[in-house]
Amino acid sequence: MTLMTRELRASYAFVERNFNLTKRYWGWEVAFLVYAVAGALAVSLIGKDQGSDRLLLTLVIGAVFWNYLSVVFSFIAETVAWERWEGTLEYTFMAPVRRYTQMVGSTLFAVAYGLVHTVVVLAVLALFFELDLSRANFATGAVFMVLGSFSFIGIGIMTAILPLMYVERGAQMTFVLQSVLLLISGVYYSVDILPGWMQVLSHFSPATYVLEGVRAGLIDGTGIGDLFGDVWPLLIMGTVFIPLGVWLFGRAERYAKRTGKLKRVG
Amino acid sequence: MTGLLEQPKTDSAPQLSLPMAQRQARLRPIETDGVPALLAERVTKRFVVGRKRKPVVAVNDVSLRIPRGEIYGILGANGSGKSTLIRLVSTLLTLDAGRVEVFGHDIEREEMAVKRVINRVSVDAAFFKKLSPHENLTYAARLYGMDAGQAKRDAIEILARLGIGEKRLSRPLEQMSRGMQQKVAIARALLTSPTLLLLDEPTTGLDPRSKLDVQAFIEELRDTHDATIVLTTHDLDEAERLCDRIAVINDGRVVVEDTPDALKAKVAAERGLAPTLESAFMTYTGKSLDDDLGDDDKDDDDE
Ligand SMILES: Nc1ncnc2c1ncn2[C@@H]1O[C@H](COP(=O)(O)OP(=O)(O)O)[C@@H](O)[C@H]1O
Ligand SMILES: [Mg+2]
Repeated sequence: MTLMTRELRASYAFVERNFNLTKRYWGWEVAFLVYAVAGALAVSLIGKDQGSDRLLLTLVIGAVFWNYLSVVFSFIAETVAWERWEGTLEYTFMAPVRRYTQMVGSTLFAVAYGLVHTVVVLAVLALFFELDLSRANFATGAVFMVLGSFSFIGIGIMTAILPLMYVERGAQMTFVLQSVLLLISGVYYSVDILPGWMQVLSHFSPATYVLEGVRAGLIDGTGIGDLFGDVWPLLIMGTVFIPLGVWLFGRAERYAKRTGKLKRVG
Repeated sequence: MTGLLEQPKTDSAPQLSLPMAQRQARLRPIETDGVPALLAERVTKRFVVGRKRKPVVAVNDVSLRIPRGEIYGILGANGSGKSTLIRLVSTLLTLDAGRVEVFGHDIEREEMAVKRVINRVSVDAAFFKKLSPHENLTYAARLYGMDAGQAKRDAIEILARLGIGEKRLSRPLEQMSRGMQQKVAIARALLTSPTLLLLDEPTTGLDPRSKLDVQAFIEELRDTHDATIVLTTHDLDEAERLCDRIAVINDGRVVVEDTPDALKAKVAAERGLAPTLESAFMTYTGKSLDDDLGDDDKDDDDE
């Protein structure tokens, strides 16, 4: 058997496992979807209340795409926490699988899962508000979503380190990171209103560029060609964050193996 | 945990004069020359726990040489370092000192090669409890690059041998008893055809029936599979029944290593004690297997 087939099979192991887990916890998945839809609706209604169609669309896009990014991000970040909780972490880490392979598998599922989630939330919101998307450039939106996914996968992998290193509260720490990203990325407002130092931080969040790009595409119908200023930072972040994430993950794994942090009992 | 001390003594001295009769004759030989299945040289592992500055030396300067085909027992009280030793070999902990080779592959430099030939069963059967045995085993098999269909067929066969019927394999694992879960854990390990199988207290906490099933299965493995087995245990009867050789480990150190018969003969000849593993254990560790629970700081995060 070639190395390639072996690695692909191993990658698929994670996709299939996560699919099975999602299926088994379907009740929770429905509840989570309701939670996502309700949250997105509540925020978007502010736009309606203010009587501004532009604000409404801005908020809808913010809510929907933030939902996508945070679902992808937290799914990846939680894979380690989940395995720690079940006690399977040692078995996964003992298997002859490269971390890249493991991350590719976990990530593919997270992206697919995030897409399904997003389509549902977007559909509900579009129906609810009878959104006018006639001018929208969907290609632009899709390109930004794909580009942004890479960066968020990278950040997700880096965050997965926390539950690896901190046995007790690692999983909760991922929420902190998530809310900081929400704050600085201009999800519901323009980053221009932030204080100067926060605006500097906003340049390091991929979500800032994704949201700018998606809004320009869906609200104003701007083509991807005119948005290069938002594309190149995402290209750089995507190519840097994923290898960096895997590398850091490897370091954290070594640390965990040196200090005995992988085990749960026995 | 029921140790020998609490059990009625049925195996008194006369019977022990022909101990080999109790053990099944070996069907497959141990290959004493050639590359050992496991070679550990002066292995040490320390843990720094909490704010206490002084590290715990969990494994202290341990050297082992286990030939291919052997069932090697590591007998020790709680907190003596058995699991840590197993984890070091499983690449789940890094060595502080010393080196380990599995079939001639260095566990640090050739980690992937080692991972492919080992597998481990630990005292807690860790699974995705909402998933079925079948889903858990498919996941495990794929991680090892196996074909899922073949894995399924093998799993059915192994579990049937352990007394678990095929129709139980699609229901969530959490519905199974602990004994059954442990059998599924054994199937998970065997599925990948490991040539070095690490069993870390596989029968601890099981009901007597499951315990016997698992022990009988390990005996069967010895005769039918090309596997070398390292078995840690807490249970003197089990060690005696299953192991070709036994190392007694105390506070991270191997204090004595020999065949069960030789150990018993040794305490009888040197100290004039009853020729039992129990007296051997007491002699070399200065404790009985049962009075280790709860004293000192060693077992705080164990079971
Ligand atoms: N991951 C770990 N972190 C900190 N201390 C540990 C860890 N694993 C084991 N120890 C300590 O090392 C010693 C040996 O433990 P262990 O190998 O689990 O013993 P056994 O399996 O024989 O009961 C104990 O003092 C235990 O508390
Ligand atoms: Mg143990």
